[in-house]
Amino acid sequence: MTAGDGPAPGAAVPAAPPAPPAVKTSTLLTTLGVGGAIAGLLLVVVYGLTLPAIEANKQKDLEAAIKEVLRGAERYETLYVVKGALVANAPEGADPKKLERVYLGYRTGSERVGFAFVAAEPGFQDLVGLIFGYDAAKKQLLGMKVLETKETPGLGDKIEKDPNFVGQFRGAATPLVGVKRGKRSKPGEIDMITGATISSRAVIRIINNTLKRLGPAVEAYAAEGKG
Amino acid sequence: MNGMVSHAHMHGGGGPPTGRKAPPAREDLLKGFWRENPVLIQLLGLCPTLAVTNSVANSVVMGIATFFVLVGSSFLVSLVRRRVPNEVRIATYIVIIATFVTVAEMILQALVPVIYKQLGAFVALIVVNCIILGRQEAFAGKNPVGRSVLDAVGMGIGFMIMMLIMGSVREVLGSGTLLGVSLFGPRFEPWVIMVLPPGGFFTLAFVLLAVAWWKERTAKQAKAAEARDLDAAGRAA
Repeated sequence: MTAGDGPAPGAAVPAAPPAPPAVKTSTLLTTLGVGGAIAGLLLVVVYGLTLPAIEANKQKDLEAAIKEVLRGAERYETLYVVKGALVANAPEGADPKKLERVYLGYRTGSERVGFAFVAAEPGFQDLVGLIFGYDAAKKQLLGMKVLETKETPGLGDKIEKDPNFVGQFRGAATPLVGVKRGKRSKPGEIDMITGATISSRAVIRIINNTLKRLGPAVEAYAAEGKG
Repeated sequence: MNGMVSHAHMHGGGGPPTGRKAPPAREDLLKGFWRENPVLIQLLGLCPTLAVTNSVANSVVMGIATFFVLVGSSFLVSLVRRRVPNEVRIATYIVIIATFVTVAEMILQALVPVIYKQLGAFVALIVVNCIILGRQEAFAGKNPVGRSVLDAVGMGIGFMIMMLIMGSVREVLGSGTLLGVSLFGPRFEPWVIMVLPPGGFFTLAFVLLAVAWWKERTAKQAKAAEARDLDAAGRAA
């Protein structure tokens, strides 16, 4: 930047200081590129190292959650959704981890408690992941538990933490209908959380959509089992 | 408010200026503990200080995660400080910080899943913790690696001390426990608000008040001591 010189006829104008060498665009790109590449590499390595422990934790959480939403279940069976039907064994060649799974809980012996579904759909901030238990015979929910949520702490996360909200799902008739707080009149209506409408609606929508999608398969399997 | 250096009479490095300079390495490390404590004096990183200190376990884990990110980023930023053109400085620093935070997140998820869930979104928010970017800009970006790491360690420990203080007060008063161990027995009626957000603000306010009172007191004592010394010198002359 040149120093501003007032009008001084005859005075020598001091030479402007040399401008700093302009940084080449290629240098900027290289720096960011290399930085990004190293960061990516580090993340991939740590991801690989921590994956087994994280998966093991998730599995433990899932088992506890299944027992929670299928009250009275002593053990459970894993069923796979293949071409719109429930089957007990994954077809040959298919990776069981990639198939959608439904869990069937049993009381002691072979008395069935109900089916548990794990599903996730976008909520307010990010995906809301939950598990819910379903009694196919009575077409009622047995319970609901939120597994993963990034909803707003204090508001949206009440779908997970508010026992009054969560308790409504036990024994609720399907399909669910969300209503304003305090306006419940029919079975199957769920009081939504004031100030967390979108999060509440997400929970209801996840359950309704999953039952719409897998309902027939579940009923077919249930009928099969009784026969 | 940044880096306010108190000239009051404090323990540790950096007393009133004498002819001898305090060894810079020790200074770099110790200033973060008290004199330039990132939370108490610089008032940075208040978000996690208020949000996750409702129990000692959460506070300690958050403190360790932040410490890890701070030291790691300061090390890397100082290492590459001459190679990074000024135009992309902030972007590069953020990439470095965000990478460390993601690594910390994955490690926490693997090792302490229960606490990780309780910390929720706040682990990811370490990226925008002002202490970290603040130290890169103020120190690591301009100083050699050794000093930057010492500075980061000092600041990180200062942050952990503060988290521990907040967490202990809030958990003891708000749940009657310390690290989950019940202290007062079943008859104790916990002061529940202490583990809710208002409790965080109250606790922080009283800690800052106590620090301000302490500094004023030591400043007064230092002044009184100086006045006595001058007096004595005057009479002796």
